[in-house]
Amino acid sequence: MLQVESLDVVIGEKPILRHIDLEVSGSEIVAVLGPSGSGKTTLLRAVAGLIEPAGGDILWEGKSMAGVPTHRRQFGLMFQGYALFPHMTVGGNVGFGLRMSGRDADGDLVAEALAWVGLEGFQGRQIDSLSGGERQRVALARTLAPRPRLVMLDEPLGALDRSLRQRLVTDTRRILEEREVTALVVTHDRDEAVAMSDRLTLMRDGEVVQSGRLEEILASPVDAWVSEFLA
Amino acid sequence: MRRIRWGWVAVSVVPVVFIGYFFAYPLFRILTLGLSEMGAGSTGLQARLFKVGWFTLWQAVLSTVLTLLVAAPLTWAVSSFDFKGRRLVMALVTVPFVLPTVVVGTAFVALGWRDSIGAILAAHVFFNVAVVVRTVSTLWTRIDPGLEEAARVLGASGWTVFRHVTLPLLRPAIAAASSIVFLFTFTSFGVVLILGGFHYATLEVEIYRQAVTLFDLPLAASLAIVQLLGVTGALYWYARYQEKTAVAWTLERGSNRRRARGRARYGMVAAVVGTLAALAVPLSVLVSRSFDSDFYTRLFMADPVVGVPVSSVWNSLTFAFVAMLLATLVGVMAATVITGRSGQISRWFDLTLMLPLGTSAVTIGFGFIVALDWPFDLRASAWLVPSAQALVAVPFVVRATVPTLRSIPSEEREAAAVLGASPFRVWREIDLPMVSRAAMVGAGFAFVISLGEFGATSFVARPNTATIPIMIFRLLSRPGAVSFGMAMAMSVVLALMTAGVVLAIDRARFGELGTF
Repeated sequence: MLQVESLDVVIGEKPILRHIDLEVSGSEIVAVLGPSGSGKTTLLRAVAGLIEPAGGDILWEGKSMAGVPTHRRQFGLMFQGYALFPHMTVGGNVGFGLRMSGRDADGDLVAEALAWVGLEGFQGRQIDSLSGGERQRVALARTLAPRPRLVMLDEPLGALDRSLRQRLVTDTRRILEEREVTALVVTHDRDEAVAMSDRLTLMRDGEVVQSGRLEEILASPVDAWVSEFLA
Repeated sequence: MRRIRWGWVAVSVVPVVFIGYFFAYPLFRILTLGLSEMGAGSTGLQARLFKVGWFTLWQAVLSTVLTLLVAAPLTWAVSSFDFKGRRLVMALVTVPFVLPTVVVGTAFVALGWRDSIGAILAAHVFFNVAVVVRTVSTLWTRIDPGLEEAARVLGASGWTVFRHVTLPLLRPAIAAASSIVFLFTFTSFGVVLILGGFHYATLEVEIYRQAVTLFDLPLAASLAIVQLLGVTGALYWYARYQEKTAVAWTLERGSNRRRARGRARYGMVAAVVGTLAALAVPLSVLVSRSFDSDFYTRLFMADPVVGVPVSSVWNSLTFAFVAMLLATLVGVMAATVITGRSGQISRWFDLTLMLPLGTSAVTIGFGFIVALDWPFDLRASAWLVPSAQALVAVPFVVRATVPTLRSIPSEEREAAAVLGASPFRVWREIDLPMVSRAAMVGAGFAFVISLGEFGATSFVARPNTATIPIMIFRLLSRPGAVSFGMAMAMSVVLALMTAGVVLAIDRARFGELGTF
C-alpha cells in the first residue's frame, strides 16, 4: 500500500505541491486527474524519488521512503514521452530493469513482458522503427517487466492521436488488471481517467480537491469547479 | 538553350584558380615526385618510414586518450551543472586552443620540459582539452534527462546510469572529438619540432627536416604521401563509424543543467578549479619567466643573426592583413558558388574547398617550394607567405559564411529579381548585407590563423621577412639563456596579439547571437 502524507514539494522558491494526501492499496488503480500545471507529474516524480519533498512523507507498507534512492524503491514509472533508450533495441529496453536487479539471463522474462502488451517477437527491433502506439506499449512493457511494487503512468496516452487512444485505454487497463498491480495513473483527460481507474483524485494548483469514485464525487462535489471539470 | 551567366563564371573562376594553382597543382607535383621515389624502392625511405610513422601513430593515439581522460571531469561539470562564471570557464578553457603552436611549445620549454615525450604529450593535451570539452558538452547538455531518470526508476544507480545510458548516448560526440584530436596530433608540427629535440619526430617534422635541412625533396615527398594516406584513413574510419552508430533520437531544445548540491558540488568545484589551474601553469610560467631579465628591451636591438626581433611584428601584421584579404575574397566567392548552385557542382565545390583543411600545413608549404617554379618562379616572391597562409585560412572563411548564405530564403532573392534586380544587384542588395558580418568573422579567423601560422610559413618565409612564429623558432634554436628569454618575450607578445583578435571576433559573434 502506498501512502502519501501531507506531502509538500518546493521547486526553486515556488511551492508546487501543498499537503497532498493520497492512498493506493492492493490491486487498485487510482487516477490523479487535473488540468495541466496542477502538479500531477511532480507528485509522481516525488513518489519515485526523483525529487526531494520539502515536507510530509511517502510510505510503502508503512515504511517511510525518505532517504531511499530512486533505484532502490522498486517503483515503476512510465514517462510522458516514454524516455525509451534510443541506443538499445526493444529487448534491451524491456530487459534493462531486469538486468539492473540481476535477473533474466536468457530473455524469457523479456519475451513474457512483450507478450503482455501484445508485441511478441519485437526484441530485435530498433526504437526508431516503432510507431507511436508500439512505443507506448514498449514503454509499458519496460515499466512492468521488473515487476515493480507500484506502477505509475504519467499521461500514458498523451502523445497518441485520438483513435489510437480510445483503443489503448482499454488495452492499458486490461494489462494493468491482469498483472494485479497497484497503480497510479496521471492524466488531464476526464474520460481517460474514468475509463482506466477504480478511483479518482482531483488536483488543482498543487492541492488535492477531492477523492473518491466518480459517482461519489458527482453526487457531492465540494465546489462548482469539480462538477464543471467532471461534467 | 541555356544562357551563359558570365557573372557566375567570374565568381567561380577566382576560387578555382586559387585552389587549383596553390593547392591541387602542388599536391600533384608532390604525388609524382613521391611516387617515383617510392617506385625506386629507396631503403632510406623504408627505415625512416617505419620509425617515424610508428611514432607519429602511437603518440597521436596516446595524446587522444590522455586528452579524453583529462577533459572528462571538466566536461562532466560544465554539462551537468549551472554555475556562476560558466561562460567564463568555457572561454578560459578555449584559450590554449587558439594559441599559436610555437607559443605553446615555448611555454613548455619554459617549464624545463624539452626533449621528452612527456612534454609532447602534455602540450598536445593542453592544446586539445577544449576540443573535447566543447564538442562533448554540447551534446551532453541536450540529452533528455528523462532517459537518465528512466534508468534510475528501473533500478540503476548513479554509476550504472552513466555507463549504460549517458556514455553510450555521448558516443557520437566522443568519436567526433577523438577524431579531431587525433588529426591535430597526427599532423602536429610546431610542438614536436620544438619539444621533440633530435629524438622524436612526427611525419610532419621529418618532412620538414628532409626538405629544408637535408634537401632530400623526393624522400620528403614520399613521406608526405604516407601522411596524406594516414589522414585520409582516419577521416574514412570516422565517416564509417558515424554511419554505423548513427542513432536518431530527439534532443532537448534547451539545456538540462541544474544547480549542483551536496557532494556533487565539491566534485564540480574540484573539476573546474583543478583543470583551469593545470592549464594556467605553462602560461603563467612563460609570462613570469619572460620578465626575468631585460628580454623585452632586447627585442628592439639589432642582432647579427636574426636582425631586430621586433621587426617580425610588422612582417606578421602585413602578411596577416594580405592573407586575410585574399582568404576573405576567395572564401566569400566560393561560398557564393556553393550556396548559389544546387546539386553536383555545389557539392563538388564544397568538398574541394575543404581539402586544404584536411591537408597538413606542412604539406601545403612543402608543395609551394616543390611546385611554384612554374610558370614563373614564385618561390622568392613576397606573395608566397600570405598566399600559403590564405590557403590554410580559406576553409574557415567558407565555413563561417556558408550557413548565413544558406539561411537567406530563396523567395527574397526571387522577389528582388521580379522587382527588376539583375543577378549582381540581387547579390549586392540581398546577399552582401546579410553575409558581411559573417564574412568579418571569417576574416578575423583568417587573420588569427595567419598570425600564428607556422607549418606552411616555415617552408616559404625568407630570412629578411620572418614572421613572429618564425622569429620565435629561430631564437629557440640558438643556444643561450638570452636567446631563450627573447623567445619567451616574443611568445608573450604573439599570445597577446592573438588573444586581442580572438576577443574582437567573439564580441562580434556575441552581438550576432544577441539578435536571435
